[in-house]
Amino acid sequence: MLVIKDLHASINGREILKGLSLQVNAGEVHAIMGPNGSGKSTLSAVLVGNPAFEVTSGAVTFEGQNLLELSPEQRSCLGLFLSFQYPVEIPGVSMVNFMRTAVNEHRKCKGENPLNAGEFLKLMREKQSIVELDKGLVNRSVNEGFSGGEKKRNEIFQMAMLDPKLAILDETDSGLDIDALRIVANGVNQLKRPDKASIVITHYQRLLDYIRPDVVHVLYNGQIIKTGGPELALELEEKGYDWLK
Amino acid sequence: MTQYIDFFNSQRQKIEADCASLVNSFREKAFETFRKEGFPAFPSEDYRHTDVTNCLKADYGFYLDRSTIKIDPRRTFHCNLPHLNSYGYFLINGYFYEEAAKNPLPGGVFAGSLNRFAEQYPDVFLKYYNRQANEKGNGLTAFNTAFVQDGYVLYVPENRLIDKPLQLTNLFVGTIDALANRRILIILEAGAQAKLLICDHTAEENTAFAGTQVSEVYVGENAVFDLYELEESSKKNVRLSHLFIRQETSSTVMLNGITLSNGITRNNCYVDLNGEHAEIHLNGMAIADDRQQIDNFTLVQHHVPNGRSKELFKYVLDENAIGAFDGRIIVAPNAQKTEAYQNNRNLLSSNACRMYSKPQLEIFADDVKCSHGMTTGQLDENALFYLRSRGIPEAEAILLLKFAFTADVLQQIRIESLKDRLKLLVEKRFRGEEIRCQACI
Repeated sequence: MLVIKDLHASINGREILKGLSLQVNAGEVHAIMGPNGSGKSTLSAVLVGNPAFEVTSGAVTFEGQNLLELSPEQRSCLGLFLSFQYPVEIPGVSMVNFMRTAVNEHRKCKGENPLNAGEFLKLMREKQSIVELDKGLVNRSVNEGFSGGEKKRNEIFQMAMLDPKLAILDETDSGLDIDALRIVANGVNQLKRPDKASIVITHYQRLLDYIRPDVVHVLYNGQIIKTGGPELALELEEKGYDWLK
Repeated sequence: MTQYIDFFNSQRQKIEADCASLVNSFREKAFETFRKEGFPAFPSEDYRHTDVTNCLKADYGFYLDRSTIKIDPRRTFHCNLPHLNSYGYFLINGYFYEEAAKNPLPGGVFAGSLNRFAEQYPDVFLKYYNRQANEKGNGLTAFNTAFVQDGYVLYVPENRLIDKPLQLTNLFVGTIDALANRRILIILEAGAQAKLLICDHTAEENTAFAGTQVSEVYVGENAVFDLYELEESSKKNVRLSHLFIRQETSSTVMLNGITLSNGITRNNCYVDLNGEHAEIHLNGMAIADDRQQIDNFTLVQHHVPNGRSKELFKYVLDENAIGAFDGRIIVAPNAQKTEAYQNNRNLLSSNACRMYSKPQLEIFADDVKCSHGMTTGQLDENALFYLRSRGIPEAEAILLLKFAFTADVLQQIRIESLKDRLKLLVEKRFRGEEIRCQACI
């Protein structure tokens, strides 16, 4: 599904990813772990096309398409989704308006007619329940005044609405209390299907207790230095990262 | 300006011919003031970005005889606010358009021509006309008083409520470049309530129109007044407006000035809070591109304790547009417990557009709550990326963010149908769609 080959990327002239390669197949859950500053968030940002980062060399294909030449919105319509580590607050744009625009853009890409108001509201109610998102939140501005947990739940809600093929969860567990973590993880698991995949970026084993990965990678200094099964995450939890360097 | 002095001297008879004698009785003194002071100097402290002399330099014609304007606005003009259930009025090239009233106004309320009002209510007219303009105005307001031939008056006697909003449409028509001088007088006696929408329109894209407008508003004790001014004129239009507001004890005013399309606009707004617990919400929004210019000047004076003023002005500029905001608040030494807040936020969408903002607070009392804030910047890149990452195309995402930026100004409009309609017009404006006039009224 996703193939990354020798990817180099930098921000403001500073190289962060230094030859990263990774392959994710349909049905798989990959966990990417690593210390602060290793390039985890850069990887997620580059995959969804954040213009602040510059790809200097390497290749990324998603279902055979060259991802790097596509705009962020095109990547989204292809089925890529990033749950942001720091979701952005957008005063004045209501959640309803935001999601209706996004969902209908996705439908347009697939050659489908836009949803009418009734159909859209039905879809929204259905997906809200997955993440136990408070009904009132969707009538507010995007993320404005949301608590940390609400913002993360809102990310998973958007994911449920857009039904991506590949979801990237960037430190979705950070700042979440145990109940919120359970709700978020539960939401992610409900969306798991054999034709879909996800990449879970995290510092801690904790989230992986809820979202069981098939493959665990260790990212360090812009490269993947070790890959293993779920047991690798436990080992990292116990020993830290130093033994790998 | 000499052209106007000569014109006044030679055409005075024609200017006065069709006007009420009371309206004429103010000309002599005003003309002397104008002759002495001229138009506001440029560049000067308060006129740093709008050159009035230059704006009125062109050889504009005057419609001195109203009978030369033959138009039925109900047939030819299509307003953008079709579903607004209102009492409608027109000023065409500055002249009040007389027509049989479809719906009678509540008893005692007058809404109509300045001249007719002067004749019917001479005492009220003399009590209010030109009082604020004379005290606080300048050479330009004197020019208006000297040349004005008609205008609009809304007079709401004590404790009268008007059940529906009133809508006054300023319409410029004709193929001759023309200057019109309008006068608006609004009197709400104690306990009265009214909502007025004033729209500026030009019927011709290719004719250069200039309008001077002097509005005097008197809001009595406990009275509540909403004034919405909406400009949808053309690129060759010049609008020079002075709005004077005097508020008595416990009165409330909601003001919202929205510039959707224009040429050169200068709006001066002077507010005097003369009675305790008076409150004003002073809002404005400007959307400009091409070479449009919008210059808003506000002066709010807290003369007495316990007053409240809240200002919010937002600009969205693109291409070569120029925006200016000059906001002055003066809190007098005895005006304790004053609350005065001012906020100016500007969004610049191109490298060539320019914004000049000058917040000024002069506080002479020591027990007050006052604040001012100003930001000028570009669209939030993070927000833009966030929207795009959900599949929303860049152009659409920019539109959503621009629209969101203006939302809090529109939110304050207290006529629901107008608010809904304006949201649509603003969105269309950002989309660059023709917003001119679908069928209505």
